[in-house]
Amino acid sequence: MQETIKRNSRWSGYYHLLMARMRELKREPEVVFWVFGFPLLLALGLGIAFRNKPADVTRIAIVAGPNAQHVIDLLSRSPNPTSIRAESLDAPDALKGFRLGKYDLVVEPLADGGVKYEYDPARPESVLSRALVDDALQNAAGRTNSIQTTSRTSSEPGSRYIDFLIPGLLGMNLMNSGMWGIGFALVDMRQRKLLKRFVATPMRRSDFLLALTSSRLVLMLIEIVLLLGLGILAFHMKVLGSWLSILFLSAIGAVAFGGIGLLTACRAQKIETVSGLINLVMMPMWIFSGVFFSYERFPAIIQPFIKALPLTALNDALRATILEGASLASQSGRLLVLILWGGLSFILALKWFRWS
Amino acid sequence: MAVAIECRNLRKTYDGKVEAVRGLDLRIETGECFGLLGPNGAGKTTTIEILEGLLEPTSGEVTILGHSWKEKSLALRELLGISLQETKLSEKLTVRETIELFASFYREPRSSSEVLDQLQLTEKADSWVGKLSGGQRQRLAVATALVGNPKILFLDEPTTGLDPQSRRQLWDIIREFQRSGGTVLLTTHYMDEAERLCDRLAIVDHGQIIAEGSPASLIDRLGGHHVIEFSVNTAPNGHSEATWRALPGVESISKEDDLISLNVREPHRTIPALLDAVDREGARLQHLSTRQCSLEDVFVHLTGRHLREA
Repeated sequence: MQETIKRNSRWSGYYHLLMARMRELKREPEVVFWVFGFPLLLALGLGIAFRNKPADVTRIAIVAGPNAQHVIDLLSRSPNPTSIRAESLDAPDALKGFRLGKYDLVVEPLADGGVKYEYDPARPESVLSRALVDDALQNAAGRTNSIQTTSRTSSEPGSRYIDFLIPGLLGMNLMNSGMWGIGFALVDMRQRKLLKRFVATPMRRSDFLLALTSSRLVLMLIEIVLLLGLGILAFHMKVLGSWLSILFLSAIGAVAFGGIGLLTACRAQKIETVSGLINLVMMPMWIFSGVFFSYERFPAIIQPFIKALPLTALNDALRATILEGASLASQSGRLLVLILWGGLSFILALKWFRWS
Repeated sequence: MAVAIECRNLRKTYDGKVEAVRGLDLRIETGECFGLLGPNGAGKTTTIEILEGLLEPTSGEVTILGHSWKEKSLALRELLGISLQETKLSEKLTVRETIELFASFYREPRSSSEVLDQLQLTEKADSWVGKLSGGQRQRLAVATALVGNPKILFLDEPTTGLDPQSRRQLWDIIREFQRSGGTVLLTTHYMDEAERLCDRLAIVDHGQIIAEGSPASLIDRLGGHHVIEFSVNTAPNGHSEATWRALPGVESISKEDDLISLNVREPHRTIPALLDAVDREGARLQHLSTRQCSLEDVFVHLTGRHLREA
């Protein structure tokens, strides 16, 4: 037989494994959506829902009666009349609208020229409305303030919700795709007996794991560019830290979660099993690690536990770097948390890993 | 001739209770096509995976091309081509990408295009694996084994579930590999496959070899090469097995429902005598046929069961 024999280089297996992984991901539309589309949609949706709105308008109901017009006149003479929208209607309709949340406050003018407020102390906007309306009425009726005050508003880029959200989403995305991209992919290949088929060849097992990790890092680059790009272009976010630090932190995060994904997948035989395990591992971090809101609201007693979670460390580090320009050196504690989680998981995973 | 694969007193016990392989010895020469024939669950896959170095035996020794797995596993892997039972290759890679991926693991692989050509997959080279038919997938599985330019080819149930044409195509490929000097070890539960393809085979049942030799020599052991199968209506004076056993040239006899099978050397002597005997008994023949002995008969003879139902 006429045969052409070629010689493969040391890294040929690694290169082909990486290319195969990237091709498979590219050809899987669901993966493209969940890894890239979903976080972008989430950022866009939440960014719009919690955008900084113009000063709130409070809607109030004034119970119709002989003095109703007087109250409306007083309100229209207040220093800031546009912030209160008043409607005059019968008592039952007013109370019904209040209960349904259409009005924040019901004002009932009394015969003696005074007013009675009906408000809900459990609804912040109701409390606010009562204070606002009372101020307006008192001022219009001639009350003088004993102290002169001035205020300045602050809604600078960097302190808005979207600024808080985007680094959190980046952290969550690195966790999600690390856990699924490594953990799920491995068990899927084990279930298909592909891992066993691979180890039946002279493939170096380290090359295989390296290629899987490398494919994560390539995806990570795209994730960073997309999410931060969206923040910068659509929400005028300012990135204060250096891009190199952001890349470095993200890479540590991606590899740490890759290690945890590897540990989760080290023995599972079925994708159903590993899906459950992955969700179980990620759940505490979804809740506690401050993706969508600050974890400072949780009781002080569980704060040390929260801070020991890898996603908390990653989110905090990303926020400090992106929003405050913090240096890597100042984040050594958080980096240590990530490296410990990733490193320990990796070592245990390799010890327990099953190729078949 | 050099020994390609050798194992001695191989045992494998799962979880300390299920004995899949119970003391198995094999010696396969270079250039041979050797088959492990047996029903599902006989321990064939466990045996071949131990020989492939993918499973650790509970006890026993394995030598491949003169080396043990502990001694030289990576170097040995360069010399073996393996096709496992039921590997699902990635559906979203093309046939060529899959073969090139496997080629990249070997130091000196064959050219992917030549392997594609040899396995008649050139036309499908750019199709996704997910779009292939069962026969094409199986050929691709063998292609991933051949691309490393192996000295020994291990095939676990290579043609299970394939249509006759695909099976014949694979047999041709296996023979071609053997002609170019390769050694083949395959498992199968198809007796026709074992009969046509294998130089020698071992019949495995309950984790042990119950017979070993060339297909012809195994059939020889039955005594006769022909089977006469017949049935008669029940005659009043009743005919016993002894009547049929006493016919000239009958080596052995077996009975399944109403069908009586005679193992004979020379059907042309036995059949006239059989017809006479039926007449004498006052019975009437309801069925009569003759056929060549097969490995199936050997298996039935050895175990009392059929390959498929075992």
